[in-house]
Amino acid sequence: MCGIVGLLVKKPALRASLGALMVPMLTGMTERGPDSAGLAVYTTPVPDDRHKISLYSGTHAVEWSDVLNTISQAFAQHHEMASHGNHAVLTTGADADEMVAWLRRHMPTVAVLSVGQSIDLYKDVGAPADIARRYQFAELQGTHLVAHTRMATESAVTPAHAHPFTAGRDFCLVHNGSLSNPHLVRKRLEPLGIEFETDNDTEAACRFFEWRLREGDDLKKAVERGFSELDGFFTFLMGTENELLIVRDAFACKPAVVAETDDYVAIASEFRSLAHLPDISQATIFEPKPEEIYSWRI
Amino acid sequence: MANLKPVPSAREFDLSRDSLRQLNLYLHKEAVGEGISQIRVQNPDGAHSIACGLDAELDVHIHGHVGYYVAGMNKHATVTVHGNAGPGAAENMMSGRVHVKGFASTAAGASAHGGLLVIDGDASLRCGISLKGADIVVGGSVGSFSAFMAQAGRMVICGDAEDALGDSLYEAVIYVRGTVRSLGADARFEPMTDVDRAAVKGLLAAAGRSENPDDFKRVASAKSLYHWHADANQEY
Repeated sequence: MCGIVGLLVKKPALRASLGALMVPMLTGMTERGPDSAGLAVYTTPVPDDRHKISLYSGTHAVEWSDVLNTISQAFAQHHEMASHGNHAVLTTGADADEMVAWLRRHMPTVAVLSVGQSIDLYKDVGAPADIARRYQFAELQGTHLVAHTRMATESAVTPAHAHPFTAGRDFCLVHNGSLSNPHLVRKRLEPLGIEFETDNDTEAACRFFEWRLREGDDLKKAVERGFSELDGFFTFLMGTENELLIVRDAFACKPAVVAETDDYVAIASEFRSLAHLPDISQATIFEPKPEEIYSWRI
Repeated sequence: MANLKPVPSAREFDLSRDSLRQLNLYLHKEAVGEGISQIRVQNPDGAHSIACGLDAELDVHIHGHVGYYVAGMNKHATVTVHGNAGPGAAENMMSGRVHVKGFASTAAGASAHGGLLVIDGDASLRCGISLKGADIVVGGSVGSFSAFMAQAGRMVICGDAEDALGDSLYEAVIYVRGTVRSLGADARFEPMTDVDRAAVKGLLAAAGRSENPDDFKRVASAKSLYHWHADANQEY
């Protein structure tokens, strides 16, 4: 079991309360996923010559100002860092690939959670409410977000195995379900130079879709290809810098409910995570049909 | 002078304030003793297992959307959901009546032995899976694998059916008004008889619906799976 949560606000005025609207959605999915939680929030993009890199130090105590100083010595460009305990978002004018490679080499205790111009990513182990408090999710602002509560069934409970998974730029995916052929997918992708960070089945799906996006598919086309390539049960919820997409497997084994109003599109595994939303009694409420792709743009 | 204390005939629970356990305990025990027949439930907000395991002639009205297993194992009671239902609505119902005014998620009426389940909107996949004797009337359409391995009972579908309707049916009978994307293994269309039309008429009336029984088609088991055929090569 796991819980998925997605929220896209249509009115710019609501962007300031994106996190506040979402926190009860996330904590409402605690019974479905009590062991870890995470989210990707999409904000106004940084300028073209900059990138945001979400960083996580786990149980290692990291002095982020020292990290920033070291980065500034190694890279001439301008950098900024916003931190919350063991989490930080680095905004950098350096080449993003070079920066990630450098971080991996010189800062092995710091994990790179996401890279992009809109995405900020948080994930950790523990109860969803604790994680929401730890990273002040209620304060988050942005256009849309993708969140997850995890009940691990096929790989370990660690921050790295928590969702969302990311690949490439500004792409993330959360998953309720289990895949039966992640190793085959991985075997196919690794010879193409695609590196994996965990043994998690969802990571295989995430890297498959991101590979298709780089090959020129749009997200819908990539998901359609996934129907024949990915075997198993899934409700996938995905985010890009301007899109939120949900799809369920052919058997609709895993639940999902969508509530849409003029102001927002809210998605969760169950209605109980949507019940608190404003004007929910006026919302159009439906369950996504199996193998039908639903997406919304900001 | 006799003490004319008014006897309450209805009771209201508000799940934003009262716990689900309080409600279900009340429905199982106190409501029966107090002679209260009508119970209203406000703010269900998608909670699971509301009004499960009832065993008395209660009339429960739930105002809002419910989560998993509403009115599961129901016996004797009438449970009305003024909203949508999550997975497993009225699963294993034994008798009584469950009415979902909105749509129902997967596996509505699964393994239900008796009683009537009415869904005004659509039902998702696996509606009436392993049905064991209950009647189900769906005002809208049903998802794939509905009535899978249904053993006894009747299912009336006023809209369409997706794939594999009635796969591996036993003695249950399905009446469908709209289009069927595909029948499951061993399910087949059969001619409607007067007995079938009377059955559909009665079920529609019981569900408060006005469709014409003549518009329905009968789906039942071809019974070719009842006995194992060595020559079938597992292709049915």
